[in-house]
Amino acid sequence: MDIYLPIADLPVNVFLVFAMGIAVGFISGMFGIGGGFLMTPLLIFIGVQPAVAVATVSSHIAASSFSGALTYWRRRALDLALAFMLLIGGLIGTALGVWLFGVLRAVGQLDLVIALSYVILLSSVGGLMVAESLRAIVRAHRDKQAPAARPGGHTWLHGLPLKVRFKQSRLYVSVIPVWAIGLSMGFLGAIMGIGGGFILVPALIYLLRVPTNVVIGTSMVLTLVTMASATVLHAATNHLVDALLALILMVGGVIGAQFGAQAGQKMRSERLRLMLGLLVLAVGLRFAVNLFLPPGEMFSFRLMEGDR
Amino acid sequence: MSRRGRIGRASPAGRGRGLVLLACLAILGSLSGGPAAAAERLVTSLSTHRVLINSVFTGAEVVLFGAVERDAGEAPRRAGYDVIATVTGPRQTLKTLRKDRMLGIWINVDSRTFIDVPAYLAILGTRPFDQVMPEERLRRLQIGLGNVVLPQQIGPDIADVVRDDPFRQAFLRLKTERRLYVEDPTAVTLLSPTLFQASIPVPAEAPVGIYEVDVKLFADGALVTRSTSAFEITKVGFERFVATAAVDHGLVYGIVTAMMALVTGWLASIVFRRD
Repeated sequence: MDIYLPIADLPVNVFLVFAMGIAVGFISGMFGIGGGFLMTPLLIFIGVQPAVAVATVSSHIAASSFSGALTYWRRRALDLALAFMLLIGGLIGTALGVWLFGVLRAVGQLDLVIALSYVILLSSVGGLMVAESLRAIVRAHRDKQAPAARPGGHTWLHGLPLKVRFKQSRLYVSVIPVWAIGLSMGFLGAIMGIGGGFILVPALIYLLRVPTNVVIGTSMVLTLVTMASATVLHAATNHLVDALLALILMVGGVIGAQFGAQAGQKMRSERLRLMLGLLVLAVGLRFAVNLFLPPGEMFSFRLMEGDR
Repeated sequence: MSRRGRIGRASPAGRGRGLVLLACLAILGSLSGGPAAAAERLVTSLSTHRVLINSVFTGAEVVLFGAVERDAGEAPRRAGYDVIATVTGPRQTLKTLRKDRMLGIWINVDSRTFIDVPAYLAILGTRPFDQVMPEERLRRLQIGLGNVVLPQQIGPDIADVVRDDPFRQAFLRLKTERRLYVEDPTAVTLLSPTLFQASIPVPAEAPVGIYEVDVKLFADGALVTRSTSAFEITKVGFERFVATAAVDHGLVYGIVTAMMALVTGWLASIVFRRD
């Protein structure tokens, strides 16, 4: 059954889009991430303009991260104080990202920046995750003793001023790196159409030493607020959010996420990290192939601003 | 994905309706007087004047009907008539970009801006255009995609370029691939020497706006008369509501979409709650 999308201006198969929502939702539930880094390229692949895809996916991620955040909230597995501090940076970053998004669109280089960011970010983060999880798996094989769940020791980040105590996370750190992490996540999310969970979770664990039990819930709160505000800002400035597309995606997404979460609980964490790492790396490499191989069609055209 | 039209399909039923319309046209044509100078008058009608984009829109077909009316005493033309219909959609300014290798990656390096070119263009005829009249005249009348004027911004000037300009050719190719530009020299069917019919394919991607239909009648390669009409593509119902809201009330639209996301997420956490 085809349905005409009012903003994307093209008909799509409802079941295909719904299935994409379920599939990405499954992965997002399994790994505790938003899944935007998969959904945005998939939408571009079925013919949605990159700008509409990025703007629309933000609302889809908001839905799945709200559903996730509520679940963690009931288990008291999130640190609201830390999330609030991350948000201060996150909202500024989102506003900056949406602004730059509009500028790049006007200059005609938005697609390149989206593609380059995907290649650089996903390949490097994916590569690091694969390497780290492989080391963990090898270590687990060699001596059966599990490594400490919380990486110990302090880094230079802990020496910065403006220190704040986060009780839930049993953490006493400067707010400067917290703000900086929030800002980068909001910025990247608005430009790339990703929630950034797959970067935020490792950043919180390895840079700030946030305990693993609160990290996913906390990251979901940040993702939720940055993506909800990205939706509002994209809609208000660029008029590119397709509510109908978003609705189909988010209904599929929240259903898929439930099954994904169940599947994820049955797996060992380092295996899970390895799979996620491979997935992230694969998407990054896919974008790299597009950039480095000669394209089949050298030309493309796009509508100039104000002519919609 | 179904690409079949919803409106005025060229099905047997549509053709039957067409004949009824043609009969009406014949009467209409005999009543209304055309330009006095021409020996023939051209009467045309469209199967619809409004193509509605609703949530199940996957493209449409608008059927063009026409009749040639001759003065009573006029002898019929020996060579018969040729009809060439040009459908021009709303004007757009489009940037065409060319990729090239830079620092090892393929990026858009060069661009040309096409000013006020039709978003949609269909040129339909009764037989190959070069059999109707010589190439030089086709060019003057802008018949055929190769002859259409596509003004480009070149520095401070706006001008059309040579026909084999790579940007122009790429632009035409991309538009044709997306079925937004159509050149079909045999799309117009002559039902009798003076009655014709053609279906104008409207792809799902065709933007909203006014589509002008210009029908030219030729005899022995000379333009006899022409007739213009138009149809409008417009969004209706939910599609119109969403599209208008998104542009006119962007902030409210964004807040509502964000709320929708939160409600969906909240409902999911209630429905799938396991404690």
